[in-house]
Amino acid sequence: MIAGGINFRAALAIFKNEVMRMFRAVFGSVLSPVITTSLYLVVFGAAMADRVEADPGVSYGAFIVPGLLMLTLLSESTSNASFGIYMPKFTGAIYELLSAPVGFVETLIGFVGAAAAKSLILAAIILGTAALIVDYEIRYPLFALGYIVLIAATFSMLGFIIGLWANGFEKLQIVPLLILMPLTFLGGTFFSIDVLPEPWRSISLINPIVYLVNGLRWTFLGESDFPIAISFAVTVGFLLLCTIIIAVIFKTGWRLRE
Amino acid sequence: MSEPILDIRGLEKTYRGGVKALGGVDLQIERGEIFALLGPNGAGKTTLIGAICGLVRPTAGSVHTFGQDLLKNSKKLRQRIGLVPQEISVDLFDNVIRQVRYSRGMFGCPADETRIEEVLRSLSLWDKKDARINELSGGMKRRVMIAKALAHDPELLFLDEPTAGVDVELRRDMWLQIGKLRERGVTIILTTHYIEEAEEMADRVGIINRGEILLVDNKDAIMRRLGRTEAHFTLAHPLSQLPVSLAKFPLTIESEGTCLIYRGGDGAGKGKREVAELAQILTREDIAFNGLETRDSSLEDIFVQLVAQKQDQAT
Repeated sequence: MIAGGINFRAALAIFKNEVMRMFRAVFGSVLSPVITTSLYLVVFGAAMADRVEADPGVSYGAFIVPGLLMLTLLSESTSNASFGIYMPKFTGAIYELLSAPVGFVETLIGFVGAAAAKSLILAAIILGTAALIVDYEIRYPLFALGYIVLIAATFSMLGFIIGLWANGFEKLQIVPLLILMPLTFLGGTFFSIDVLPEPWRSISLINPIVYLVNGLRWTFLGESDFPIAISFAVTVGFLLLCTIIIAVIFKTGWRLRE
Repeated sequence: MSEPILDIRGLEKTYRGGVKALGGVDLQIERGEIFALLGPNGAGKTTLIGAICGLVRPTAGSVHTFGQDLLKNSKKLRQRIGLVPQEISVDLFDNVIRQVRYSRGMFGCPADETRIEEVLRSLSLWDKKDARINELSGGMKRRVMIAKALAHDPELLFLDEPTAGVDVELRRDMWLQIGKLRERGVTIILTTHYIEEAEEMADRVGIINRGEILLVDNKDAIMRRLGRTEAHFTLAHPLSQLPVSLAKFPLTIESEGTCLIYRGGDGAGKGKREVAELAQILTREDIAFNGLETRDSSLEDIFVQLVAQKQDQAT
């Protein structure tokens, strides 16, 4: 029943269960982020586009599409995965995960995979909606898809860690609202960091979100503030860090087993 | 004797903060039996089950199931173990059948709608299969927990306080279900603080208190070893001392000589025989009595007595 030491049926069961759970509350999990992102696009991308200068030759609306997409990807991936693992902890249903033949790999595929999959669906809806509001194009579609998948997986892992760490609903919100959201806003969602005066430009360079937004923007516009390799390396580095942390959590049972 | 299905040796658990929940538990469970683990609240019953089922990390000791080390072969062995936790711990907003399917998948079993239907029908849940779990009564929710645990056909099933807080009718119904599982060859370990439950269902009983197993034995053997009969003869005339003819019986005189009390027997009929003999001797000796009350000690008396003895020793 378990092939190669991996319980694929369990991974699939968790994945399906999580996807079902997310789409049970379709307004909160799908409509709400789509509407919020669309409003940003209407206000900044359409209404204010003529008054704001972006990169030469690129409309402001097209400029902010990858930034807004990143904003949604980060917040949704993180919150989906954190709620996904926190809720069984809260209700006690985690007993099933702990008593079943399920380990690190199945859990990652199930919880993180479902959160990332939902983010990808959202990304597709947002890109479709954005096309109705502003004119934009994706210069490197395959790179864009790969990068979006990478971001969704990485921040779903971060969310999973937050969900394990949190011992109350308030803690679930601390990282997304007090750290990720401000960093994303300051990370070049609405502007190129080249327009910032010193020392703010230099300070911005320690914000890792800058590199993520920059990477995604490159796949859309073909232009970026830094070489794409740096963005890619930062993302993969963060993904590896999250993977190691989750592996250690499963090894030690921290916040999972008493 | 066949290899035990569960073999626990020196299992210890000390929680952060120094609370010792298990202090070197040794326990062997035979295949096909129903074993009841009795103990007061906080005795370590749930911790013991948690340590076996992967919810709690033991501090020391070993657990072997089906002849293999559970920690080293956890994935393979856990497929054959089921757990019904004490609390209703389930996604209450999901429906019944999806949750049961989910549990089956979690344990690596292929989808099998026929088996899912069988499980739900056996627990009278089939009519409620599409109902949201939070719309069900408390008893039905508990059945859902059992259905989830049975979805992968475990050979070894843990039931942690399966009837805590349920009404008498449902408790009887649960006992029937557990009996049916035994008929199918499932080994069942249940924790309870209802002595009646252990008396009704268990083949063997273990008594646990403060993280230590005080006694493990066949239910009838416990009654034989520790069971007592108590008989109160209300005498018509006060008696100052016992006649020689009664010296062989374990008797005391109380209530200023008006009550003759027998405390003895072995929980297997000896007490009743001696009380009958005693009544005949009293009649023969012209010692009139106008009342007789007899009572056999229950498993509960033995349990209370053992726990009290252990606590006395500790203090």
